[in-house]
Amino acid sequence: MSAETGIGAAVKRREDLRFITGRGTYTDDLNVPGQTYGVFLRSPYARAKINAIDAAQALQVEGALAVFTGQDTAAAGLGDLPCGWLVKSKDGSDMVSAPHPPLAVSQVNYVGEPFGLVVAESLAAAREAAELVAADFEELTPVVATAEAAQASPIHEGLEANLAYDWELGDEAATDAALAAAAHVTRLDLTNNRLIPNAIEPRAALATFDPASGEYELRTTSQNPHLERLVLSAFVQIAPEHKLRVVAPDVGGGFGSKIFVYAEETVVTWAAAKVGRPIKWTAERSESFLADAHARDHVTHAELGLDEAGRFTALKVRTTANLGAYLSLFGSSVPTFLYGTLLAGQYKTPNIHVQTHGVYTNTAPVDAYRGAGRPEATFVVERIVEAAARETGRDPAELRRLNMIEPGDFPYETPVALVYDTGNYQASLDRALQLADYGGFKQRRAASEAEGKRRGIGFSCYIEACGLAPSQLAIQLGAGVGLYESGEIRINPTGSVTVFTGSHSHGQGHETTFAQVVSDKLGVPFDDVEVVHGDTGRVEFGLGTYGSRSLAVGGSALISAADKIIAKGTRIAAHMMQAEPDNVAFEAGAFISGNQRLTLQEVAFASYVPADYPPDLEPGLSEKAFYDPENFTYPAGAHIAEVEVDEATGVVQLVNFVAVDDFGQIINPMIVDGQVHGGLAQGAGQALLEHGIYDADGQLTTGSYMDYCMPRADDVPDFTVDTTVTPCTHNPLGVKGCGEAGAIGSPAAIINAVTDALGTEDVAMPATPEQMWRKLRGL
Amino acid sequence: MDAFNYHKPSSLAEAVALHRDAEDPAYLSGGHTLLPTMTQRLATPSDLIDLEGLTELTGIAAEGRTLSIGAFTRHAEVAASAEVRSTVPALADLAEGIGDAQVRNRGTIGGSLANSDPSADYPAAALALNAVIRTDRRQIAADDYFRGLFETALEEDEIITRIDFAIPSCAAYEKFPNPASRYATVGVMVADFNGTVRVGVTGAGPCACRAPAFEAALSARVDPAALDDAELPAIDFNSDLHASAEYRAHLVRVMAQRATARLVEAS
Repeated sequence: MSAETGIGAAVKRREDLRFITGRGTYTDDLNVPGQTYGVFLRSPYARAKINAIDAAQALQVEGALAVFTGQDTAAAGLGDLPCGWLVKSKDGSDMVSAPHPPLAVSQVNYVGEPFGLVVAESLAAAREAAELVAADFEELTPVVATAEAAQASPIHEGLEANLAYDWELGDEAATDAALAAAAHVTRLDLTNNRLIPNAIEPRAALATFDPASGEYELRTTSQNPHLERLVLSAFVQIAPEHKLRVVAPDVGGGFGSKIFVYAEETVVTWAAAKVGRPIKWTAERSESFLADAHARDHVTHAELGLDEAGRFTALKVRTTANLGAYLSLFGSSVPTFLYGTLLAGQYKTPNIHVQTHGVYTNTAPVDAYRGAGRPEATFVVERIVEAAARETGRDPAELRRLNMIEPGDFPYETPVALVYDTGNYQASLDRALQLADYGGFKQRRAASEAEGKRRGIGFSCYIEACGLAPSQLAIQLGAGVGLYESGEIRINPTGSVTVFTGSHSHGQGHETTFAQVVSDKLGVPFDDVEVVHGDTGRVEFGLGTYGSRSLAVGGSALISAADKIIAKGTRIAAHMMQAEPDNVAFEAGAFISGNQRLTLQEVAFASYVPADYPPDLEPGLSEKAFYDPENFTYPAGAHIAEVEVDEATGVVQLVNFVAVDDFGQIINPMIVDGQVHGGLAQGAGQALLEHGIYDADGQLTTGSYMDYCMPRADDVPDFTVDTTVTPCTHNPLGVKGCGEAGAIGSPAAIINAVTDALGTEDVAMPATPEQMWRKLRGL
Repeated sequence: MDAFNYHKPSSLAEAVALHRDAEDPAYLSGGHTLLPTMTQRLATPSDLIDLEGLTELTGIAAEGRTLSIGAFTRHAEVAASAEVRSTVPALADLAEGIGDAQVRNRGTIGGSLANSDPSADYPAAALALNAVIRTDRRQIAADDYFRGLFETALEEDEIITRIDFAIPSCAAYEKFPNPASRYATVGVMVADFNGTVRVGVTGAGPCACRAPAFEAALSARVDPAALDDAELPAIDFNSDLHASAEYRAHLVRVMAQRATARLVEAS
């Protein structure tokens, strides 16, 4: 295909024209005749018994139509919101799941937990009515702090403790023995701060019910509408799948927070049939803060053993992960399978053991957020490696290089259950050192000092497992579904191409990238390819977009479908050219036999107008494929951060950031750069600015942008980004995924730079000005 | 947001009369504090009286040693004003640093001073520049104006018409923004009136205040080092998620020193 639009071309994102000219269609932009408005009743307490809910006065409000409570949804037989990943404790027992009704029935367990839905003719009436619902609560003592939750009395009635699971991975005895024999052991206590996702578009739902057909339609902000439908059908049992259509129109960012099936869209869908009218609900920003799934929130102790030469001999990690009040859809897997398995990093550490205590607290549920477990793993590994280098007087880059898995070692099996297929970690480190002018750092540090600023440099050589996931492995590990992806390519009679994918784009640019892939593979013009996604009524099935999986899994499914198109087209073309199929080649959009040539468009037309056509072949040229990956993909790279800390104020300025990433083959380098930039900004946000804080009573004290600090353009430098390439060995595109790398690698690099500047390892994220000021003064 | 009556009076007298007759009125002068509180239903005024149409509240004029700014002047207009830039550039700088472009294009100087948010920028300038707050019924010296948290000398229905700033020989404003909201965690304006220095501090306490010991030290010697040991203003320092009282107090000194350093550079 043409160099301008094919694989590797920096094609401008075709979706951006509608986004930046206000022509996108987001859920809240949609309105349907007879629409009503929903407002959720939310708990003002972190933990309380619900004694009574009196809606009589609320229903007097003009325009108020209905008030539903947990009693109503329970009486209607609505199922609990499920957790989709069963984690087993190390004793073999299943994790302890607290029942998670869509609306709280007898007890609320976090501030913002929905316990009722008010429906009215207008949003104003719904709000007014909601204020008049009299709910009688009996406050109970909440459990808030991550580190203390396991010992505290259980928050859920009927549960023995706040421990959902005590999970482990790796060989504990061998790890302990290696630590005991180590020449040096570095010990580090780390906190991974709670984050709140903050997609630019808040969650929303518009549900309709057609009594004539008995069909529900839910339009909502989802990263995976098919999974949403599956959960609402199979678990919540609102309607069977053939009577439920879920559409995710344009979605303004997700970062993971829109993977999960939440109470709000569930209850709104159910209630649409009860009210007999469509219901729209759009979250206010303050609701997003309270009730979107939060992220991270780990407390960890780690120990790294080194031999005399500096080789890592063992890594032992003890983590308490705050899961919030309930297990969200993927919540159980994030601090286990997506975390413990990544603790080998880029290194040949022979013994690793990790133990994770997943705990319940009276806080919003915690689930996957850009990186999901892998930023937490990278933070542990890269912080402790940096600390070990400082303690043993080694250059941090050289200590990493000494321990890295080498290009000749692949495929490399880690002690924590993964087999890395390929990589060249030294190459990305070398390039990053060069781009960061590592040799000039001392001079830059001296120049900063002359201006009253402490300068530090920090590294992070991260790895991630993406392209989720080989289905059999995932199901073996407790996943409730396979993690393949589906794709369909339909060549229309006149040769234009409609592509259907189970992946979902909520900012990633699939409409461009996937069109590049198909146009390149089939040799058809880029502008002739349309990508359809996000609608269970149009796309057969899909598992959606998260874990940097879209291109590696969804894109690979499209390659499989394209191969089928070419195979069938070859038979049609062979018949038309009176050649043997084996003698027909497909090149640049045409079937060629000797000096005969038929374009794909001509063959497509023949397939729909089958006059001169193989008698044993069905008409039409449309093919579906499911692609199940053989292995995860392993993007990896080297990030180097430089910071200046103002001695007088404690302000940390990120002054330089170099990211050299290996994403395998790259389809659209401009989109990849954009993904890296965004990820790095989010990582800088975690390291320096963002912090979801609950007070001792379980009230969210960072519930608005007045207190929750999002990164702004002037908080980050002009990033220097580059890539190295080792193609993935097991998918047809050789791609690995790039969506999360920035957020995975950068927090450790930035905090390593801050600790370097301050000369202490004891720095908590976010590295706020006051914290730095106190460290500088030994306060 | 609840329903409310909207009024756009064309004279000061009409505005005051509307205020007097309404059940729970509020003047609207930009609305960048009022409207967000209304959307959150923290404020539910029955009547909004928009001051935009009042010509008495507009215009910027420098005369002699006084810079007079109409109360309805938007922050962006102050920032872009040639009169302000040529007489008190520090005030234009301050206005340029308020909020974001949307706030600067709607928010007004009078609205800001009437609200007396503890972390607003203008109050530091009003004190440092020895401003006179002119209203529909009297004049109030800035020193007598700020009374406490969101509390001023204004009567319930009183309307600020103009703010007259004394033009200093030199002034500078330094702000330490709250990382999240970008309001002033601490903001300090240092103004030199031919050797007599005034220092206005915002963000530090319940309302803006002066720093008498800083003023004395700088009036003796315009030098950041003169503030090394000078006493901080005797106020209850604010404490929040982003800055404890102790850290805030430290920042008052640092911001004052940085503003002073700019004064030294400029002279």
